[in-house]
Amino acid sequence: MTCLPAHTDKKLGLVIDLDTCVGCQACVTACKEWNTGGYMAPLTDIDPYGGDADGVWFNRVHSYEHMTEMGGRTVNFPRSCLHCETPACVTVCPTGASYKRASDGIVLVDEDKCIGCKLCSWACPYGAREFDTDVGVMKKCTLCVDRIYNDNLAEEDRVPACVAACPTSARHFGDLGDPASAISQLVAERSGVDLMPELGYHPTNKYLPPRAHTPRAASVPAPRLEPVQAEGGFLGWVDRMLSH
Amino acid sequence: MNHGPLRGANSAPSQRSLADTRAPNEGDGVDTSPDVSDSIAKTTCYMCACRCGIEVHIKDGKVRYINGNKDHPVNRGVLCGKGSAGIMQHYSPARLKKPLLRTGPRGSGEFREIEWEEAFSIATERLSRIRRTDPKKLAFFTGRDQSQSLTGWWASQFGTPNFAAHGGFCSVNMAAGGLYTIGGSFWEFGEPDWDNTKYFMLFGVAEDHDSNPIKIGLGKLKARGAKVVSINPCRTGYNAIADDWIGIRPGTDGLFVFALIYELLKAGRVDLDYLLRYTNAHVLVIQEPNAADDGLFARDSGGNPLAWDRVAKAPVSATDSDAKPALTGNFQVDGRRCVPVFQLAAERYLQESYSPDAVAERCGVAADTIRRIAAELAHVAFEQAIELPVAWTDWAGRRHETIKGRPVSMHAMRGISAHSNGFHTCRAIHLLQVLLGTVDVPGGFRFKPPYPRSAPPGPKPAGKDVGPMTPLEGMPLGFVCGPDDLLVDDVGTPIRIDKAYSWDAPLAAHGLMHTVIRNAWAGDPYRIDTLMMFMSNMAWNSSMNTVETMAMLTDSDEAGNYKIPFIIYSDAYYSETVPFADLVLPDTTYLERHDCISLLDRPISHADGPGDAIRHPVVEPDRDVRPFQTVLIELGARLGLLGFVDDDGSAKYRDYADYIVNHERTPGVGPLAGWRGKDGTSIGRGEANPDQLQRYIDNGGFWHHDFADDQRYYKMANRSYLDFAEYMGFIPKAEPIVFQLYSEPMQRFRLAARGHGRVLPPEAERSRIETYMDPLPFWYTPFEEAAVDLEKYKLHALTQRPMHMYHSWGSQNAWLRQITSQNRLFVHSRTAAGLGLVDDDWVWIESINGRVKGQIKLVDGVNVDTVWTWNAIGKRRGSWGLKDDAAESNRGFLLNHIIGDQTSADANGKRYSNSDPVTGQAAWFDLRVRIVKCAAEEAGFTEPQFERFRQPPRFEPSPDKLSFGAEFRREREAAE
Amino acid sequence: MHPAFSVVFFTTATGAGYGLLALLGVLAGQGFVSPDFWLGLVSMGLALGLISAGLLSSAGHLGRPERAWRAFSQWRSSWLSREGVASVATFVPAGLFAVGWVFFGRTTGWVAVAGLLAAVGAVATVCTTGMIYASLKPIAQWHSRFTLPGYLIFSAMSGSVILNALLQGFAVGSKTMVAFSLLLTFFGWGWKLATWRHNDRLEIPTNANTATGLAGGTVRSLEWPHTEENYLLKEMGFRIARKHSAKLRRITQVLAFALPVLLLIAAFALPWPYAAVLSALATIAQFAGMLVERWLFFAEAKHTVTLYYGR
Repeated sequence: MTCLPAHTDKKLGLVIDLDTCVGCQACVTACKEWNTGGYMAPLTDIDPYGGDADGVWFNRVHSYEHMTEMGGRTVNFPRSCLHCETPACVTVCPTGASYKRASDGIVLVDEDKCIGCKLCSWACPYGAREFDTDVGVMKKCTLCVDRIYNDNLAEEDRVPACVAACPTSARHFGDLGDPASAISQLVAERSGVDLMPELGYHPTNKYLPPRAHTPRAASVPAPRLEPVQAEGGFLGWVDRMLSH
Repeated sequence: MNHGPLRGANSAPSQRSLADTRAPNEGDGVDTSPDVSDSIAKTTCYMCACRCGIEVHIKDGKVRYINGNKDHPVNRGVLCGKGSAGIMQHYSPARLKKPLLRTGPRGSGEFREIEWEEAFSIATERLSRIRRTDPKKLAFFTGRDQSQSLTGWWASQFGTPNFAAHGGFCSVNMAAGGLYTIGGSFWEFGEPDWDNTKYFMLFGVAEDHDSNPIKIGLGKLKARGAKVVSINPCRTGYNAIADDWIGIRPGTDGLFVFALIYELLKAGRVDLDYLLRYTNAHVLVIQEPNAADDGLFARDSGGNPLAWDRVAKAPVSATDSDAKPALTGNFQVDGRRCVPVFQLAAERYLQESYSPDAVAERCGVAADTIRRIAAELAHVAFEQAIELPVAWTDWAGRRHETIKGRPVSMHAMRGISAHSNGFHTCRAIHLLQVLLGTVDVPGGFRFKPPYPRSAPPGPKPAGKDVGPMTPLEGMPLGFVCGPDDLLVDDVGTPIRIDKAYSWDAPLAAHGLMHTVIRNAWAGDPYRIDTLMMFMSNMAWNSSMNTVETMAMLTDSDEAGNYKIPFIIYSDAYYSETVPFADLVLPDTTYLERHDCISLLDRPISHADGPGDAIRHPVVEPDRDVRPFQTVLIELGARLGLLGFVDDDGSAKYRDYADYIVNHERTPGVGPLAGWRGKDGTSIGRGEANPDQLQRYIDNGGFWHHDFADDQRYYKMANRSYLDFAEYMGFIPKAEPIVFQLYSEPMQRFRLAARGHGRVLPPEAERSRIETYMDPLPFWYTPFEEAAVDLEKYKLHALTQRPMHMYHSWGSQNAWLRQITSQNRLFVHSRTAAGLGLVDDDWVWIESINGRVKGQIKLVDGVNVDTVWTWNAIGKRRGSWGLKDDAAESNRGFLLNHIIGDQTSADANGKRYSNSDPVTGQAAWFDLRVRIVKCAAEEAGFTEPQFERFRQPPRFEPSPDKLSFGAEFRREREAAE
Repeated sequence: MHPAFSVVFFTTATGAGYGLLALLGVLAGQGFVSPDFWLGLVSMGLALGLISAGLLSSAGHLGRPERAWRAFSQWRSSWLSREGVASVATFVPAGLFAVGWVFFGRTTGWVAVAGLLAAVGAVATVCTTGMIYASLKPIAQWHSRFTLPGYLIFSAMSGSVILNALLQGFAVGSKTMVAFSLLLTFFGWGWKLATWRHNDRLEIPTNANTATGLAGGTVRSLEWPHTEENYLLKEMGFRIARKHSAKLRRITQVLAFALPVLLLIAAFALPWPYAAVLSALATIAQFAGMLVERWLFFAEAKHTVTLYYGR
């Protein structure tokens, strides 16, 4: 049913730290390799060795240059499904293939119902959905629904593949609906933001802005270095220091 | 929470599984607990040089997926973009299938398949003849080789000095610069104290060594809010997240560092106590111009360096722990004028030419910025010093109640290394660290065992006495301490084909693989018979001057014989170098083989303890291929090499796995340190343990030993650590390691240049040796910059590999190439505007060595005088299983084509390798270019273009579609 | 947005078809058009033909057309589902209306009721089509008060121009009908101009800053996550040069509006059979023009995902 649940028990999602992401693509391929054999398998690659290579990926990392009066910064920006609270990608679906889970808020596609009309991808402002032309259905991030509850994995491995792989710890996972959760507190502490809040999709995933060029930036309150005031200059100073 | 002990790097509360991981009753029919794998094999990744622990999940005999091993000391569960794409590397359509023998002209790609027996007999016949006549006619060079303790030993037993891996064109400046200064190096052989550092400086580092550990560490710094400063012309990757990005002009890092040192010295912000205890700052240097020992250390009769005791007013052994040595002053010892090292250093670095104001313009960094960074370094090192409440005892038996640390750390890599002034720049960075007292202290840069070793480490390069049927007296690569150790003949001609350890590159600790093809082609210093290579793309992205290199590989003499008569090459994939081989030995993928990541070579230690690891076959090859190391061992046995055969002449080792377990380099010390001894209870030393590999497999593919708390810091002078290091064989004796601010071995070369000593440089080399073998680090203009018309070639040009391909053999695969299959030339938008260029323009990139065509992309995060591109994206048509329309060979380009492999001719008309004059490190980043918009009809495709390689027998065209993983789903659904 | 021909043709054809159906349903049912067999056969055939061809074309756009039946289920939330339901539901009265007219030769009574219901269905279907686009927030050019009326107006306009041509073709046309279609064409022209004017002056609050959460200053795309075009760029990253777009707008104006206006004015002034020929030409020109207009409707629509790619 593509009507949205009035309420979800949890709001599972990701938090991505743009201050820490180095753009290494680890989350990108970790996602690809888990999911190409996972719930939405396969993530088909068309022309994988040719000039028009075009595969299905659930997670993509862009890079930007952000220029402000304070200076410039290169920002690596992972982009995947934000598991919005009011996702139009779900409500536009004519078949019920797209749905938002009432239990945990994950937005999923039931492939067997998908007719491949692509309208959901039009309705997603974030480009989270990618069409598998070979299978003829829409595919998207499942928040690793087949990992996070998987009894066949060790408990500690029941996190999305992208979070497990991220070498810089720039990705976080948890219940953003619970203000007491570690992830919600992280968002509060670092003033996490919504993407395109003006569109009213109420994304669950949050992004932590870079700290450089802000009052949160790491800084060292170092006084200016002054030459040693001693007879004989620096070498004289060394002498006296050693004689002490 | 419901968690047991937390493992792995990503275990912050916001990175753990849900408190309750029971699937909610959603009723949507989603199988939230699908069966994942039939088995999990724990082995070591080889998608780059980082050596992370991986868990390979096997389902129905196929690799389902690969994730990081949480217990592994290198990656602690995380995995990079390459590691997770290993599946596509393993199943690449470009994998070689069977040994190949060339049938067409070299470089065409025309081969016929042969059986292994024929391959062995061809190789054995040829190599056996070489060994009987002149073993150095075999040049054996390996590329991204993680088995150099085997390959080097093999070369040594064969009797050829002509062996090296790819370090010479990779980062030998970092290795040599560090090892000759502090007995350890950046690279992957040391690491910042990520948990304690408060100020981290990153010089010239892209993805680089040490891939995942640096990322994990940066994550820790970011979580703690420690300050990260990057010095790099390009604001990419790690540099993007720095709190302070210093977009320095390439090749001027040394100047920048000297300006920091100038500021610190001037303000008296150096750690004198540390210098006295752990360095040679107080050692007396003889100052007697024209004397044969000028610039050498004053020594007592026992050969111990002397210092001047301020209290006793007399010379004293520099290692006397009770002395009160002077750091400044002029002293007379045995009637000779001497000054402490520190005074020489202070005099040099307090020169105004090293002041921030003097270097600012050249570095492209404001003087105020340099002063600010210096002030910050001093502030953190001295005002924010830390102490760990752990007692330890130093080498002299002095007990310290706490471990004191200066929480400033540094890491430097390729951007420093790949310049012709890289050795001295690397030494300068170590000098800066040492002056701040921050090497192997809490919060500082830390050694990973088996480092530190004496500076420089012990073994000298072997190869002086090459003769038929004679093994070398040691390993081909080592560390020279003066001209006597060089591998040159009586008239100064190099003994090695790559001219390592000659006057061209005296401290060439990693050899000069990048010179081998030219030298072998030119017969300079002599002709060789066979070039044997492993896993190095020398006919493409691993060579400078690629176009000429390919021509040299295919050039023939008047009689029509190839100038390099025979080429044997081992590779797992149909790379650009395979078509140039006469005999191709197909290697396996990294999931199909045994390997050892050994303490004798490049282990997986971290600063808190040594470790090593193995690879073991987790899937069976489906092709007639064999691991190169096993092939090499069999070749050794067939040739009857000492150590490879038993007394009866039969093969000593069945295969590489057998060698790993049973080989002993010295009694009780073998490739693996864990579970030694018959019962597997010893570490480091002990008899071979037949169950050793299984013990490794049971432990997740690795062995790791954790230091006691008092062994973790000050390893250069820590009694407990030094004793352990001696036991393990890391160092010959448990003696302190003294940091060499002033390098006496280098001064010995200078003296030779002045005519002193037994081994003297040819007249024409003397001024070069005098200049560059300076015992104190200094800065000079990179060679190409000094040689070209800077008005014409205004721009520096750099390359770096993208993070998702860094150091990855056959970096492109079906997944990774979708991320990057075309490289752009990144140009600062202001520079582009000045040249009338806009985004997406196609340009000629021209150097004195040629031109290449590519498409530009405007950026702001780059030094304004620098352009750069992703390296090794361009591929030659017909290689790597790529189709003819692949972007890599139509729009991607190699900058290598325009990087000269030789310097411009000097006054004597001599052209040297385009390398650092001290170490022979390839000077990739000295390149100067100009860019010119190309004509409209030239836009849209790269040049130069090369003929398409023919495909080996039975190579099917690569698939038009990949549905990897569909089979796992089918299986799951069928089972339901 | 990528102007896929299947979707361009679908919206244009069904728009015209439903416009024609609605007009026939109202006018024939109310006795303004005589229940002539051939007129009924041709005009209802044309209306239902356009609708069916359009719907088939849109089904061709589907990845899994064999599952198209599933699209009727989510009418409570999805405009596309509602369109599916409305379009199929409309076939019922439209079919009865056609049968009544063509086979029973009557347009009164239950046939008239069916005609009216078909008209209501046609209008409703066009509304749902319009709402599919108008409801998409990521595409500012569509998510506008101009979109839904536009669909209705263009549907009515092209339907009326076709109806006029049919009536003229069967020599039962009238000045009123010519004038009516002329008026609607003028109206459509005006609406299109107003829409373009509105779109050209759109101030979209969504930009690269809000898309990335990076506040202040400028955000410039440095590198894409992939160097070749992927689904997102192929489907939603379509770019049209300003010059190209201006030219196509001129072509749209000429073919869809200016030429039909001139031809219809001439038809108004000239007697049969000239008026019939001119009316037919107006129809052909306008249909071609509307295909261009619809192509531009997609091509000029900018999806927010392009912000991530710096397009």
